[in-house]
Amino acid sequence: MSTSDSAVLPRSGGGLRWLQGQLRNIAPFATLLVLVALFSIASPSFATLDNVANIARQVSVTAIIAVGLTFVILCAEIDLSVASVANAVGIMVAFFTLQDQSVNIANIPLPGAAAIALALLGSVALGAVTAFGVTVIGIPSFIMTLAMLQIGAGICAMLVRGQIAYNVPAPIELLGSGSIGPVPWIVVVAVLVLVLGHVVLSYTRFGRYVYMVGGNREAAEYSGVNVKLVLAAVLIISAVCSGIAGMLGVAHFGSAQQDEFDNYLLDAISAVVVGGTSLFGGQGGIGNTVVGLLVLGVLNNGLDHVRIDSFLKILIRGLILLLALVINVYAQRLRAKA
Amino acid sequence: MTDRSAPLLELRGISKSFGGVTALSGVDFTLEAGEIHGLVGENGAGKSTLMKIIAGVHTGFEGEMRIAGQPARHRSARSARDAGIGMVHQELSVVPELSVAENVMLGVQPVNRLGLVDWPGMMRRARALLAELGIAVDPRVPIGSLPLGLQQLVEIARVLSSGARIVILDEPTSALSPPEVEVLFGLLRRVRDSGRSIVFISHFLEDVLAICDRITCFRNGRLIETAPVAAIDKGWIITRMIGAGHEELEAGYTGEIRLDSRPGAPVVLACEAASGPGFREVSLEARAGEVLGIYGSMGAGQLDLARALFGRTALSGGRLSLDGRPLALRNTAAARRAGIAFVPESRRSMLFAQEPVYRNVSISILDRISRLWVKPAVEREIAQRHVEALGIRPPSVHRRLGTLSGGNQQKVALAKWLTHLPRVLVLSEPTRGMDVGAKEEVVRIVRGLREQGIAVLVVSTEPETVLSLADRILVMKRGEVREEFAGGTVSKDRLLAAA
Repeated sequence: MSTSDSAVLPRSGGGLRWLQGQLRNIAPFATLLVLVALFSIASPSFATLDNVANIARQVSVTAIIAVGLTFVILCAEIDLSVASVANAVGIMVAFFTLQDQSVNIANIPLPGAAAIALALLGSVALGAVTAFGVTVIGIPSFIMTLAMLQIGAGICAMLVRGQIAYNVPAPIELLGSGSIGPVPWIVVVAVLVLVLGHVVLSYTRFGRYVYMVGGNREAAEYSGVNVKLVLAAVLIISAVCSGIAGMLGVAHFGSAQQDEFDNYLLDAISAVVVGGTSLFGGQGGIGNTVVGLLVLGVLNNGLDHVRIDSFLKILIRGLILLLALVINVYAQRLRAKA
Repeated sequence: MTDRSAPLLELRGISKSFGGVTALSGVDFTLEAGEIHGLVGENGAGKSTLMKIIAGVHTGFEGEMRIAGQPARHRSARSARDAGIGMVHQELSVVPELSVAENVMLGVQPVNRLGLVDWPGMMRRARALLAELGIAVDPRVPIGSLPLGLQQLVEIARVLSSGARIVILDEPTSALSPPEVEVLFGLLRRVRDSGRSIVFISHFLEDVLAICDRITCFRNGRLIETAPVAAIDKGWIITRMIGAGHEELEAGYTGEIRLDSRPGAPVVLACEAASGPGFREVSLEARAGEVLGIYGSMGAGQLDLARALFGRTALSGGRLSLDGRPLALRNTAAARRAGIAFVPESRRSMLFAQEPVYRNVSISILDRISRLWVKPAVEREIAQRHVEALGIRPPSVHRRLGTLSGGNQQKVALAKWLTHLPRVLVLSEPTRGMDVGAKEEVVRIVRGLREQGIAVLVVSTEPETVLSLADRILVMKRGEVREEFAGGTVSKDRLLAAA
């Protein structure tokens, strides 16, 4: 039959085609190796065990946010509210904790467990509002989460009213700024969330639905998958991950205030995209996000070691993100052809 | 100098092929000034290809074209338009948010001395043009707020306002109600009487016979015959469209086909006066172990009906029931759980090209084989069974679906519903674009499913598909069920006559 011939054809030159198909995975990893090599040569203080621990600590909060964002981007949606939700939930948990006399916030002190539960509930609620807007009303996620970004900022402003809160419940304090031996707890939590995210995406039915909805939403619908339910779930997962990152981040930074997480939106999106997860959905995963996080972490940290103009640093990060986007789109095209 | 006696448009020896497949061969076609010329033929007979050559969409072809006696060869659709040829496609290309006047004057807006749009002038010209054509609409309202029929009239007005002497209309009546058709015909007659010419492509033979002066039949890329409308009837056209008398051509379909209806079998899926986007007041019953075919030409509503039966679009009226119990389909997941399966007409909207074959097969049964964890080994085993049973080539469940040939992809699309047999299987255009061997395979598979007591619905715009699969046939036209063939025999010409 002639059909079998045509299906076998792509095997000729299979090596090159395989490489093209893997570009999205290879490029970020190669970037990471190049960056590590460059900084190791440029600065003796870069390639030390202490500094590796530094990098791990520096990317932990971003990592927790990026896990939720990976789910969303795999579905070919976007969540621009992650940093804002993190900030709001971080402030919520402080709001429900007894603060010092000097802090002038009309807060509601509750037992630690209740404060944590309420803050987590708050993150679920924010995610549910986003999910409702996107799946029931039909607002594009780009716009809906932009609105949620503003709402999160509003919640922050209303709760602290320009003040700074310092106290969070003891378990949050421990996980955010404590250590277990030499390893900071926040790194342990980040690793656990990454592993959990990977397990859900790769080994559960829900994870499969995420990939299928991202790969071809119409086909998922025609296969009898409840697409809206999947989209709602990933948006809520994203909000909860942001909430956890926000609570630990507040403890990590030692204070809860407005505009504390502003850098984390771009960092989290960059980590996912630089890692090679397709912006068009259906391709990539937590493994990619880990590489993306390390690229970003090494870049930020390394630039501090090589004594470079700190204003240039911002520009360099922008250029790296642009390069990642070019590779992302290019890889998509190559894979579609391969 | 234009030659007064020459026809407005003359084509000699036109041939065109796409990658070795001949679409047109040796076509001679003339269009006189001031005539409405009907073009009929089955899908793929060559009508559209010829019109696209005339309208400058296809630029590479053999043969010669003359407009009013002058040799012409369009380099683009734009140069064809400059030569006075306008085309109105079946899918309207109006801008719904803009006013009627802006749509009429799209691309030719009058400007004042400052180079700004001359709004009063535009309204005046649009109003004059619409009045001249007898179209009673306010040029200031957004065109999207008008019924489809009026939008179409406005689009024809636009083509005329750009100075077209030849207007090609592709299926202009398929979306129109009978009164709208009358208005369109009035407009077309006035255009003809002003000396311009119209090419009228349609599947609706009554419409072609009612409005055209001459009719040309196409079959398999050849122009079969042109005749004045006074000398012919519907039977004459159908005979030439399907080539009765040419036994070597489609012999199986011109003859009478026995229908194997099973009126006594239990009704599985019933549809009572169901209305939705694209169809109205449809009532039907799908019975266990019977293949119900729903035939209609493009836009007749049967494809829309199929989508609604799978919960993809919501019903605006009427009721569904499954095994006698009322059925409400909030989404496709609900339809799947109720035991309804659907294979859409486009493979791309059914399959995941980047994923391996086994994941394509397992997606619709995932909740049956796994609760929390996916079980790839089970998925692969199930997929392997289907790959062997359906003869999918190459026989590997790991292959990325996108690397399979079209026919094999179609089999995968079917395979995903075969693990846990549905109560109702809805197939939309199941054999479109397949070669003969693959079509026979589909017929074999569908027959096998019928024997297992599934109610199968086959919806199609191709009479052969319905005739080769169905035990009972409904014919839809303009969103409504018009005729039922059950028991006895049916033939392709009778099916075409009903649509």
